Amino acid sequence: MMWRVGTVVALHDETATARTIALKVPDWPGHIAGQHVDVRLTASDGYSAVRSYSIASAPNAEKRVELTVERLPNGEVSPYLTQELAVGDRLELRGPIGGWFVWRTQQTEPIQLVAGGSGIVPLMAMIRWRASTGSTAPFRLLYSVREPGAVFYRDDLQALSDRDNKVTLTYAYTRVAPKDWSRPPGRIDAALIAQTTWPSNLSPTCYVCGPTSFVESAAGLLTAIGNNPDKIRTERFGPTGDRK
Amino acid sequence: MGIISRGFSGRRSAADAKLPPGQYLTTDFPVLSAGPTPHIPLDQWEFVIDDGTNVLRQWDWKSFRDLPTETFTVDLHCVTRWSKLGTSWEGVSVDTMLADVKTDASYAMARSYGDYTTNLPLKDLRNGQAWIAFRFDNKDLAPEHGGPARLLVPHLYLWKSAKWVKGLTLMSHDKPGFWESLGYHTYGDPWREQRYSGDE
Repeated sequence: MMWRVGTVVALHDETATARTIALKVPDWPGHIAGQHVDVRLTASDGYSAVRSYSIASAPNAEKRVELTVERLPNGEVSPYLTQELAVGDRLELRGPIGGWFVWRTQQTEPIQLVAGGSGIVPLMAMIRWRASTGSTAPFRLLYSVREPGAVFYRDDLQALSDRDNKVTLTYAYTRVAPKDWSRPPGRIDAALIAQTTWPSNLSPTCYVCGPTSFVESAAGLLTAIGNNPDKIRTERFGPTGDRK
Repeated sequence: MGIISRGFSGRRSAADAKLPPGQYLTTDFPVLSAGPTPHIPLDQWEFVIDDGTNVLRQWDWKSFRDLPTETFTVDLHCVTRWSKLGTSWEGVSVDTMLADVKTDASYAMARSYGDYTTNLPLKDLRNGQAWIAFRFDNKDLAPEHGGPARLLVPHLYLWKSAKWVKGLTLMSHDKPGFWESLGYHTYGDPWREQRYSGDE
């Protein structure tokens, strides 16, 4: 798989620690929602480091690829991407990669998305693609975040859940909830899964993305309410040690 | 050499010399799998070697655990770029499991609970290169890491080391497994950086 060169055309901070990088990639072959890319940084002596990042943008005709990168403490690549990289810089990437954790517009069944933290990124590509293609596939998103300030894409998500043919959106806060929030802060549990996800008799396809412990728990809870494990697709992030 | 990333110096360590290209060292044990973790009760566990038509050998948990075991320490390399060095395991050598099997097959499909599959040349499963492992770090192998038992073929990228393994199907011709059908390399040698289909 060949390396391609993208030029940074815009940068946008999603939270205090996460930044969306918009790239123009002239020879981009197109992608489907849920796929990722490898990004390569190269030092002046030739040393290079590569990490994978999910694509946040819907497939589009403009050869535009957006990545959202969470800065990891002691990371090797993410601090550079979220703090050093500037508009106009060139960045090497290859992809798109992955053919499993994807949603295709031909899918018309109910879709249950479950995100933990930065696990929202590939799911956002699915939500955006659904909107840009006018798909009427019923979508629900259960999005678990530490606190209100940790939400990515807040305005986009609000707009997409307010319009007709909306995505039904439920936030779950694990540490700090907004004032007057009905559910006290805490991890996703069986009651929340039962109340906010599609009934299993509708046979939704479920996409679960986040840290390992989150995915283990959420996928287990979805199975426990009767979803077929074959209909639950997972993508897990780290933990990946001290040299992320 | 790629485009120089202005202002990037990166981090290097002495351990990098022991790593295949494009890998970085981790000290914990990340989990990657395509779906929910299956939980398989030991009294329902079985392992079957077949040729696609006939069962050649089979074991339940007790007869499997009666087989001679080996302890071994190996390095793991995941296609998602982490490597973990010096991991300690106990398992049954695949040589032991294939000992009484007469076959002309050149390939095998490892099959797992949860319907995962991965293809390997049969010779990569022989000669002390592969195990059905059931203990990691002196503890029973946890379900999220593939317990009760997983295939371990440490000289290939870790997706070849099928978690929750339940059998091998011997094949005369190579056939792609799960990830191999989804854009990943059919063989997956980390030292040749065979990550994706089309990588040489």
